[in-house]
Amino acid sequence: MALEERLRSPKSIFPRLRATAASPRLSRGSVAWPLAAGAICVIAVMPLVSLGWIALTYPSASTWSHLLSTVLPDAMRTTLLLLAGVLAIVTIVGTATAWLVTIYDFPGRRLFSWLLAVPLAMPTYLSAFAYIEIWDYAGPIQSALRSLFGWQSARDYWFPDIRTLGGAIFLIGFALYPYVYLTARASFVRTPSGLLDASRALGHSPRATFWHVALPIARPALAAGAALALMECLNDIGAVSALGVRTLTVTIYNTWLERSNLGGAAQIACLMLAMVLILLGIERWSRRQQRYYQSARSARSIARTRLAPRHAALAIVICALPIAIGFGTPAFVFTKAALTHWDAAASGSFWIHLRNSIGLSTAGAALAVLAGLMLVYARHSTRSLMLAAMTRLASIGYAVPGTVLGLGILVPLAALDNLIDGWMRSVAGIATGLVLTGSAAAIVLAYGIRFLALSQGTIEAGFSRQSPNLDDAARNLGRRPHQVLWEIHLPLVKPAIGAAAVLVFVDGMKELPATLLLRPFNFDTLATHVYTLTTFDMFEEAALPALAIVVVGCIPVIMLQRLIKKK
Amino acid sequence: MKASRFAVGALMMAVAMATSAPASQAEEVNVYSYRQPFLIQPILDAFTKETGIKVNVLFDDKALIERMVQEGASSPADVLLTVDIGRVQAAVDSGVVQPVESDVLKANIPEAFRSPKGEWFALTTRARVVYASKDRVKQDAFTYEELADPKWKGKICIRSGQHVYNTALIAAMIAHHGEEKTRTWLEGLKANLARKPAGGDREQVKGIYAGECDIALGNTYYMAKMLTNEKQPEQKEWAESSRIIFPTFENGGTHVNISAMALAKNAPNRDAAIKLMEFLASDKAQELYAQANDEYPIKPGIELAPVVASWGSFTPDALSLDEIAQLRDEASKLVDEVNFDAGPQS
Repeated sequence: MALEERLRSPKSIFPRLRATAASPRLSRGSVAWPLAAGAICVIAVMPLVSLGWIALTYPSASTWSHLLSTVLPDAMRTTLLLLAGVLAIVTIVGTATAWLVTIYDFPGRRLFSWLLAVPLAMPTYLSAFAYIEIWDYAGPIQSALRSLFGWQSARDYWFPDIRTLGGAIFLIGFALYPYVYLTARASFVRTPSGLLDASRALGHSPRATFWHVALPIARPALAAGAALALMECLNDIGAVSALGVRTLTVTIYNTWLERSNLGGAAQIACLMLAMVLILLGIERWSRRQQRYYQSARSARSIARTRLAPRHAALAIVICALPIAIGFGTPAFVFTKAALTHWDAAASGSFWIHLRNSIGLSTAGAALAVLAGLMLVYARHSTRSLMLAAMTRLASIGYAVPGTVLGLGILVPLAALDNLIDGWMRSVAGIATGLVLTGSAAAIVLAYGIRFLALSQGTIEAGFSRQSPNLDDAARNLGRRPHQVLWEIHLPLVKPAIGAAAVLVFVDGMKELPATLLLRPFNFDTLATHVYTLTTFDMFEEAALPALAIVVVGCIPVIMLQRLIKKK
Repeated sequence: MKASRFAVGALMMAVAMATSAPASQAEEVNVYSYRQPFLIQPILDAFTKETGIKVNVLFDDKALIERMVQEGASSPADVLLTVDIGRVQAAVDSGVVQPVESDVLKANIPEAFRSPKGEWFALTTRARVVYASKDRVKQDAFTYEELADPKWKGKICIRSGQHVYNTALIAAMIAHHGEEKTRTWLEGLKANLARKPAGGDREQVKGIYAGECDIALGNTYYMAKMLTNEKQPEQKEWAESSRIIFPTFENGGTHVNISAMALAKNAPNRDAAIKLMEFLASDKAQELYAQANDEYPIKPGIELAPVVASWGSFTPDALSLDEIAQLRDEASKLVDEVNFDAGPQS
C-alpha cells in the first residue's frame, strides 16, 4: 500500500492496541541516532552522577541519625502532603478548564483558552511574595476588614495564615496547573472527534463521554503535565521558605548551608530522587497496557456544544478563577508596586538584565528542544531499554533543587575547565582560566539539562500519538531515519516542539538558583536581580524587574496558544 | 527552515554573551560576595576611583564557597566577602582562603575581630537586638535568657531558627550555658513565640506594628534602613512602632556578628586583592560602611550614622567569635531537635 493511501486509510482514525512487538524500525538504519542520543544522555545524567558521587564520598557523619530523629519524618510528611495537594489542584483545575474550553462554547471562551496558560509566566517565589503582601496585616484584605468592623489590632480578630502548608498548596497549585491544562487541552483537541461522536451517538451524556472516552485517552498527557508540575513543586525553595513550610528541599538547604554538610545534603537529594522515580514508575506501570495512536488526518475540528446562559456563567467563573488566583492577583500587586515605586525600580541596568534573561532563555530553549527531540526520536525508533532508562533518568533532574543540580553541573564542568587550563598552561604557557564555568555557556548548558524534562515530556506527548506504522511505511519506502524525522514526524509534531520551546523559554526566564550559582562576574538576569534585592527586603525596587519576567514570559505563552489552535 | 535559523541565532547569542565575560588582562580584582552588590558598590567605586583598579563582583548568598572549592586552582576569585562568623569559618575549613600578613589590617582591625593567622578580617559588626513595642513594652533592659521566661508567652516574633544570625546567637548561648541549658532555653523561647518563625527581620518589625507580638529579635541595620526610608513612608511607620533595646547575656554583653573578608587561596590578582582589603579597612571605606549601610564599623573611632548613634552604646559580648563558629553546627542541630521552626503550637 502506498504511503499516501495508508495515511488516508479511515481505519487508522481509531485507536488500536499496539500489535505485538513492532518490528525494530532501525534495523537497517545507521547507529548514528542511538549514539547521538546516548551522548546527550551521558551529558544530561552527568549532574546526577556527580550528585551521587558527592553523596557517597563527601564526609556526612551523623546526618541520618540526627535527621531521622528530628526534622526528616516531618519534612517527608509535609512534602508528600504538599505533592498530594498540588496534584489534586493541578489535575482538577487543569483538566476541567481544558475540557470546558475545548468542548463547550460560551462567551469569552477563546480569550480564556489562552489566558488559562499565563500563570505559567508567574514564578512561584513571586506569587508567594505577592500573596504574603496581600494577606498580611498591613495588606488590603485585613485593612479593609479592620476598618469595616472597627478592629484595632491583630489581637482583635482571627485571620487565616497563608504561611501554612495549606497556603503553599493553594499558591503552588494555582501557579502550576497550566502544565496540566496545556497537555490536557492538546490531548482533547487532538482526540479523534469520531470517537466522541460515537460515544454521543451511543447515548452517552457529555459527562459520561468525558469520563469514559476523553479522559482515558488523555491520561498519558495528564500524567506528563502533572509530573512536570510536581517536579517543579518538589524543587521549589523560594515559595516554601517564604511561607515557612519545611519540605525536604528546605532540609537539604539547611543541612548543606547551615551545617556545612554537603555530603548529607546530597544524600537527602538522592533519597528525594528515588521517591520521584518510584512515583513515576507506579504511574507508568498503571497504564502499561494502554497505547493510542492516530493518523494525521483524523483531527477534524470538534463541534462545540453551546452552553445555556446559566451554565455559561458557571463556565466563565470556573475559567476566570484560576487565572485570577494564579496570575491576576500577583500581577496586580507587582504592577501597583512598580508604578508606585517607579523611581526606585527603574535603573539603567534593567535593560541589560532583560537582555541577559531573554538571551539565556532563548539559547536554553534551543538547546533543550534540540536535545529533547533527538532523545524522543531515538527512543521512538529504537527499542533500547538502556536508552529508555537513561532518558528517563535524565528527566528527573528537574525534581532536584536548582542549586543542588547547579552544583552537580559545576563539579564536572569546573574539573574540565581546570584540565584545559592546566594543559594549556603546560603546553602553550597560556592560562585560559575557566572557559565554561567562567562564562554564560555553563548557564545555557544548565538550562538545557535542567529543562530537558520539559522539552522531552512535551515532545514525547506529541510523538506518542504517532503510529509506528508511519515509520514502518516510510522506512519501507526507502527513507533514511533523519528523513523520516524531517519529512514525516516534524510537520506533525510541530505544535509539540513549539510548546516545548515555549515552556523551556518561560522556565528559563523564571530560573533562579542555577543561574545564581553559575553566572560569571558582573552578570545578572532579571531573576537574579530580583532575588538580590529581595534578600535585602527591598521588595519595591524588585517590582519592575519581577513584572518584566512575567510580561516577557506571557508573550510566547500567548503565541503558543495560536500554535495549538492552528494545529 | 525557521526553527533551525532560530536555534543557530540563539546559540550565537549565547556565544557572544559568553565571550563578553571580562578578561583578566588589565588591572582588576575579582570579588566573590555573599553581600548584596548594592551594599558594597559605593565602597568599591571609591576604591576604583582611588586606585584605578576595576572591581568585578559576583553575588550569591548560598554556594560561593562551594563554587570556589570546585573551581580550584583556576578560580578567578581574589577576595571573598561574607557575613556571619559561621560562614567565615566554613570558608577557612574548606581551604578556599589564604592568610594575609598586613600591618595596615592589623593596625585598623582590633585583634578580637580577625583570625590570629590572618585568614579572615572583620569589616563591620551588627548587634542581635530586641525590637520592643513602644506602647506595650515598658521594660528598658533585657537579657537573652529572659526571652524564655513564660511572661512573654505568645509575645515574641523571630525569623527562622536556621537563619545564620539566629544559629550564631544560639551558639553563643551554648558557649555561655552549655547545651542542656540552651535546649531548655530554646524550648522556652519557642513556647513564647506569637507565630511560626518566617520572613525576614522586616517582617518581625511589622509583626510588632500589627500587634501580633510585643518583642522581636533582629539586626540593627534593618531597623535603621526602615527608619530612614523616605521613599516608602509606610516602612517608617512600621519601624516607629518599636524601639531598639540592646539585650545582654546574664554574665556577658550583647551578641554581635560580623561581616568579613578573606583572601582567596588561588587569588590571581593577589596584590590588587590586598590593596582592596586594606582599603576596606581604611577610614574612608569604614565611614561609608557606617553612613551608607548603618553598620557598626570595625575600626575604632569612626563616626556612626545618626540614626544608629541615637540608639546609644552597648557592650559587645566578650565571647570569642571563634568559639561561636565552632558551636554553629551544634546550634543548628539543636534548632532541629526542639523543632523550633514548627512554631509555638507544636
